[in-house]
Amino acid sequence: MEKKKYEEIVDKHTPSENIVVNALTAFTIGGIMGIIGQALIDFYSYYLTIPTKEATVCMIVTLIFISCLLTSLGFFDKIVNFCKCGLIVPITGFAHATMSAALEYRKEGFISGLGSNMLKISGAVIIFGVVSAWTFSLIRMLLGVI
Amino acid sequence: MTLKYNNVYINCTSTVTGPYEGNGPLGNYFDKSFSDLYFGEKNWEDAESKLIKEALEILYEKTGATKFDIDLFISGDLSNQLAASNYAYAGEEAPLIGIYAACASSTLGLALAANSLERKEIEKVVCTVCSHNNAAEKQFRYPVEYGGPKPKTTTFTATGGVAALVSGKKEGIRLESATIGKVINSNISDVYHMGAVMAPAAADTIYRHLQDTGRSVNYYDLILTGDLGIYGKEILKEYMEKEYGITLQNYEDTGVMLFNLQKQPVYAGASGPVCAPLVTYGYIFSEMKKKKLKRVLLVATGALMNPSRVNEKESIPAIAHAVSLEVLA
Repeated sequence: MEKKKYEEIVDKHTPSENIVVNALTAFTIGGIMGIIGQALIDFYSYYLTIPTKEATVCMIVTLIFISCLLTSLGFFDKIVNFCKCGLIVPITGFAHATMSAALEYRKEGFISGLGSNMLKISGAVIIFGVVSAWTFSLIRMLLGVI
Repeated sequence: MTLKYNNVYINCTSTVTGPYEGNGPLGNYFDKSFSDLYFGEKNWEDAESKLIKEALEILYEKTGATKFDIDLFISGDLSNQLAASNYAYAGEEAPLIGIYAACASSTLGLALAANSLERKEIEKVVCTVCSHNNAAEKQFRYPVEYGGPKPKTTTFTATGGVAALVSGKKEGIRLESATIGKVINSNISDVYHMGAVMAPAAADTIYRHLQDTGRSVNYYDLILTGDLGIYGKEILKEYMEKEYGITLQNYEDTGVMLFNLQKQPVYAGASGPVCAPLVTYGYIFSEMKKKKLKRVLLVATGALMNPSRVNEKESIPAIAHAVSLEVLA
């Protein structure tokens, strides 16, 4: 059978993913995460009188800590499965990916296991994060010169 | 290639499962179900090996045989370098043939066992396969705790171990013939749609089995495919009809039978080398012994997936091996 004909049969029996519901879920949860982040910044800067710039860092650390804790307790994967990109795209997704790999490979030793595999999923985020930051800084610098 | 056997019988089988399989619709048919996924071991790899060890223990208990009575072991699993089998068999007395045909390892093992019995030096062969959901997730996908959302067509690797004693002694279920499958490339590269990857391989093996034996689909009370899942099953039916003009009747897929797809979080159904034999040795053999089913064609299907090849944008080849099983008169 030709490739195209077989693909037609496959497509016919492949259920479509509910893109609208998935996108709305991710949008809503992502929005809630934004509100939580802002609330944390306000809390740190208002009650603990930390300057806003440092309060932002504290907010990120808090979110990372909570995600890592929930991943270690074993139920963050279920929450992520429901919330999808609402939790994967923010810093919570990065923390979850790193923590889950660390937990998985810890048994293969500190260096050969945890050390070399901890960034298995999130390593790409760091690499391309740095590359894109460099690229955009360059563009910004060149535009500034012009 | 279809090989016919006159005197090959599956005398006894044993089945061990994880919690999901034990709580599934066929839970009562298994010999032992663990309530967690570590089984008292420290890591997933040891837990996977334990599934084979437990299945062997139960088989010895049931048959009264000891490890000194077995002439040859044949074992397959999903782990790299067949680690699960190799570590489980350190300490056994008989020689081991390790095989890899992904989720089609079970029927390939039975066919090889039947071939081995032609030699007079070999009288008793034990075939085992196992798979462990978390060990497979770790090796092929993501760390277990990562989870990650998956499409509806994803299959869920079953956790379990099975053992089967195959010999020339007329007892149990007859292994009438076996069709060794060809590698078929379906041009599908979606690792989350293994049913679509494997359906053409299953179709090819079923078609060639029927051609070689001169039988029609109605000859069998049941044709069982390995682990196509709920969508792969429908793809196979339509593909079989369009490509070979054969309408599959009395057809089921073990991936659909092992779990309750409505209640359990298993997406399109079960997969893994242990999926087909768990359903067959547990439920199907019990029905055969009650004479509700007399002739069954078991077609275990394997996606020969290599993560590096998939990353290199290659499609996934698949294979299916079939065995024809009959009730003793």
